[in-house]
Amino acid sequence: MPPIPNSVPLSWYLLLSAILFALGVAGFLFRKNIITVFMSIELMLNAVNLSFVAFSYQFKQVDGHIYAFFVMVVAAAEAAVGLGIILTVFKNRATLHIDEVSSLKN
Amino acid sequence: MPPIDPILFAIFAGIAVLSAISLVVQRHPIASALSLVGVMGSLAVLYLLLGAEFIAAAQLIVYAGAIMVLFIFVIILLNAGSEHGRSRSKFVKWLGIPLFTLFVGLLSFIIQSRLPDTKPVIFGSFTAATGLEIGRVLFTQYLLPFEVTSLLILIAIIGAVVLARKEI
Repeated sequence: MPPIPNSVPLSWYLLLSAILFALGVAGFLFRKNIITVFMSIELMLNAVNLSFVAFSYQFKQVDGHIYAFFVMVVAAAEAAVGLGIILTVFKNRATLHIDEVSSLKN
Repeated sequence: MPPIDPILFAIFAGIAVLSAISLVVQRHPIASALSLVGVMGSLAVLYLLLGAEFIAAAQLIVYAGAIMVLFIFVIILLNAGSEHGRSRSKFVKWLGIPLFTLFVGLLSFIIQSRLPDTKPVIFGSFTAATGLEIGRVLFTQYLLPFEVTSLLILIAIIGAVVLARKEI
């Protein structure tokens, strides 16, 4: 068994962030439920936050944490408005399937 | 004594990736929401390893505490069942996982070759990001964005109230 390294390089955190972002994109593109699509967006925001905090560690500055904080605030506002929109769509259409909400297409 | 940093990173990065995969492949929205809570909790631990105590606490309180409760409320309120009749194409079914693996491999190659000299992450070597320091920077250097944020929250509240009216 190889010895466990003493520390993790920062690029692994960036790689984890990239993987989470890619998974969020995949969920956003391939899922059909509005709520799951919305949760994929939250996953992408989280991945970007990890990237901000990792770069903040690299440069030993606190700015990345402030950006992560702002991203959280925007995510909270977005969740409130987005879930309101989902409730309204469900009230009018009685569906959560994104392919059935396509009146802008025609 | 074994080094604690790589072990914690391995455990919680693994939990984060597995939960994210579970979020994407689960059919029921509640299962996806609980997977997202798993991602957020493990990311909070990773923030602690990176020396970001404030962001870790805010992650748990704001994301896992407030936003996810909102999501689960909406899922319960709408009685959202599992997805049915998925019209997934053959392309996605057979080439999705290999292409995703290829993409991650390419990404790791790019990150490793572009950023060869990143610092090793050692817990406790970056202690400047205290609540005091974050508050000072937030209210001096980033004062205008902070105030704009409060306006954004106000707009979001008004938008949510307007959307929740009866006759839309």
